[in-house]
Amino acid sequence: MTAPLLDGHLVVDRAGFRLDVRLHVAAGEVVALLGPNGAGKTTALRALAGLQPLDAGRLRLDSVVLDQPDARRFVRPERRPVGVVFQDYLLFPHLNARDNVAFGPRRQGLPRRAARERATAWLDRVGLAAQAGRRPRQLSGGQAQRVALARALAVHPALLLLDEPLAALDARTRLDTRAELHRHLADHAGAAVLVTHDPLDALALADRLVIVEDGRVVQEGDAATVTTRPRTDYVARLVGLNLHRGRADGRHVHLGDGFAVPTAHQLDGDAFVVFAPTAVTLHPHRPDGDAPHTWPATVAGVHRHGDHLRVQLTGAVSTVADVTPAAAAGLRLLPGQQVWASVAAGDTRAYPVGP
Amino acid sequence: MTHPATDPHRAAHPVATGPTTDPHRGGGAGGRRVRTVVGLLTAVSLVLAGCGVDSTRPADDGDLTGPVTVFAAASLTEPFTTLGRRYEAEHPGSTVTFNFAGSSALATQITQGAPADVFASAAPRNMATVTDAGHAAGTPTVFARNQLVIAVPQGNPQRLAGLADLTRPGLKVALCAAQVPCGAAATTALDRAGVRVTPVTLEQDVKGTLAKVKLGEVDAALVYRTDARSADREIDGIEFPESAQAVNDYPIVVLADAPHPTAARAFVELVHSAAGRTVLTDAGFQPPAGP
Amino acid sequence: MTTRTRRRGTGQRVPVALLVPAALGLLFLVLPLGGLLLRTPWTALGPRLTAPGVLTALRLSVQCATLATLLCLALGVPLAWLLARVEFPGRRWVRALVTVPLVLPPVVGGVALLLVFGRRGPVGGWLDATFGVTLPFTTTGVVLAEAFVAMPFLIIAVEGALRGVDHRYEEAAATLGAGRWTTFTRVTLPLVAPGVAAGAVLCWARALGEFGATITFAGNYPGRTQTMPLAVYLALETDVEAAVVLSLVLLTVSVLILAGLRDRWITGP
Repeated sequence: MTAPLLDGHLVVDRAGFRLDVRLHVAAGEVVALLGPNGAGKTTALRALAGLQPLDAGRLRLDSVVLDQPDARRFVRPERRPVGVVFQDYLLFPHLNARDNVAFGPRRQGLPRRAARERATAWLDRVGLAAQAGRRPRQLSGGQAQRVALARALAVHPALLLLDEPLAALDARTRLDTRAELHRHLADHAGAAVLVTHDPLDALALADRLVIVEDGRVVQEGDAATVTTRPRTDYVARLVGLNLHRGRADGRHVHLGDGFAVPTAHQLDGDAFVVFAPTAVTLHPHRPDGDAPHTWPATVAGVHRHGDHLRVQLTGAVSTVADVTPAAAAGLRLLPGQQVWASVAAGDTRAYPVGP
Repeated sequence: MTHPATDPHRAAHPVATGPTTDPHRGGGAGGRRVRTVVGLLTAVSLVLAGCGVDSTRPADDGDLTGPVTVFAAASLTEPFTTLGRRYEAEHPGSTVTFNFAGSSALATQITQGAPADVFASAAPRNMATVTDAGHAAGTPTVFARNQLVIAVPQGNPQRLAGLADLTRPGLKVALCAAQVPCGAAATTALDRAGVRVTPVTLEQDVKGTLAKVKLGEVDAALVYRTDARSADREIDGIEFPESAQAVNDYPIVVLADAPHPTAARAFVELVHSAAGRTVLTDAGFQPPAGP
Repeated sequence: MTTRTRRRGTGQRVPVALLVPAALGLLFLVLPLGGLLLRTPWTALGPRLTAPGVLTALRLSVQCATLATLLCLALGVPLAWLLARVEFPGRRWVRALVTVPLVLPPVVGGVALLLVFGRRGPVGGWLDATFGVTLPFTTTGVVLAEAFVAMPFLIIAVEGALRGVDHRYEEAAATLGAGRWTTFTRVTLPLVAPGVAAGAVLCWARALGEFGATITFAGNYPGRTQTMPLAVYLALETDVEAAVVLSLVLLTVSVLILAGLRDRWITGP
């Protein structure tokens, strides 16, 4: 495998928080940093841009070391071949769309005229040639997002950084803009790092997901791996699965307290097991036989979820179950109600905890 | 959980306590506002009254133990302060209050109704402003004269001997502006001597002129002898003969609206007395011309 | 109370508790102006205005105030930036020192200037010995005195504006390749332009009315250092009417210029 375009070990210490993330991105690859709020995603992005110096580790882009504290090496943000699309775009309010896009090329030494031509070309590419003369406050949210993208790309960055690029948009605009952003990211020859807390954005735009929680990478891989084999509760929740950790023993994963979940495949040792909420069956009474595969639970809450009812269950095995209204009718699902839950072997998926 | 819209208390809440429809609450708030405004106005008027003039003047009873207020030219600060202490010593229970300022400012204050008993001016012109406006009781009398000297830094480093030396090239000279008494006197003296001086500045008053010498920014200035003397060690005053032709008379008068005319007359008498003259002479003033 | 306010107000309701002091405040500011107008000798206005020295003093005032404002901009904007953006030990004290000319009586400010820039002062003495330049009693001295007194107004306004600007715009500029100086001139300064303009206007107005520091440091000499406020003060000694006319001229010119600038710069679209 050839060396990645971006090779970083980002370590930033803040009061009560430490970011320690290893990141590799190949040319043409789009990597999404996905994680809950406060996980350190934006800090990582700022470290890549040079807006937040590293406290330890190293950052190399295209064979140039940009930041390496122990070698006293730090390249200032204005000298990095990086383009950033900020969360709220930060278009300069005193410049029109074209001059915003031309700002970077001008700083690269292009004459005013050439910079404007390049800006016009980029605005054309994002479909905003007609809006070139408008100030940011005269642009819609989607238009501003596209100007911000054009501005970041107009400097021909080796690394494109996007911080929650779609978060400020309404649902409808978001759909269109996401599709267009995907197109531009595909055209981008350099590396791209996308920071988001929205799994849909990450899945739609990125080739690879890096899940960051509490300053650390907890899982990484392509979309299929991450969605089918989540390794933390956060990821499981994102992809809508129940995740439990236990000990596999042939065709069961034991969850403790004497309960176990059946699996379709042979597995031994520490294991994760996942199943969809719709795979959970609820019984008003303890079914006969099959005892270890059924566990008692208490209804903690019920609310509508699509055409199902989503039931939060607590007890030895905390689980989310989706039941049809018809099934719910026979269960009298009220908070505090005692029920029995089970899941069929064919509906679960187990995989080792170790990599 | 209950839906908010089905909760009768919640639904009724905004209507029941709305400020515009609840007469009791609305009235209460309004009343509070009125009180606030009234209180504010009262406070403002009290402040204004405090700043203003006490309108209830006690009738003069011919007693010398009361207060007496003297408006005097700034150049009189030292001798008049001395005389005030002496007056208070001679008349136990009395108090002398001074307002020292430029004569023209004092004249303006008096014509605008300031409550003063005595006005002592550094120039007849400002006294005329007061007498012309009918604010004087009787005719002003001259109690002292002041004469110009050339003020130079201590030791007279430029070795100046007379007015003619002020035209020396490169020499920086400060004069009072012609609009103020010391400037008028300087113009007269220079004209009489036939000397044309180009000053670097025409100061607004004699203290400002003197300050320029003290700070070393000018080499010489024409100021009153009293001012040069009050600056004692820092300044040397060089007498010159032409100053005799530009002497400044200091007139004093009891004011028509004096709240305490008896005490006012007693103070003026003290200024004219032999003791008063000694104090003034010590300060550098000359006795008035004539008999 | 409520109904009365309603009947009167068609649009916004103004609380009486604000309206009354507001009206009093306006009266307090405007009445003295009315007093000047009452005392103005309208029939003699023409000859008085064309009297020698009036136009000279006016021109000198406007020139010096403008130069002082330019000087304040050149020095004050960077200082404001430093105070707003750079953490350094003792910044609190530096900020307090910057406002000293606001509380210092201007005459004392003038004396202080003399002690430093005067003939015997360390800087003034050096300038005199090295270049033969003296500042007191010169038009440059007037500009310096006015700038000394007026600069805090500019610095306070600009620092406030700088603190109000989202500094992430500067980060965005950096990621686009702008160095710190370019970022300052191309991004920061345009963003705080309204604050700079407001500060410059305040600064200019304060410089135009400057009296104490000017007469103390630069003295009073017609055509060279006698600005309008000095001319007004001296006129008061002898001729109140002349002083009123001069004040009126100063007021008219400054109100015209300030009103013009306000529309153009301060109240943006």
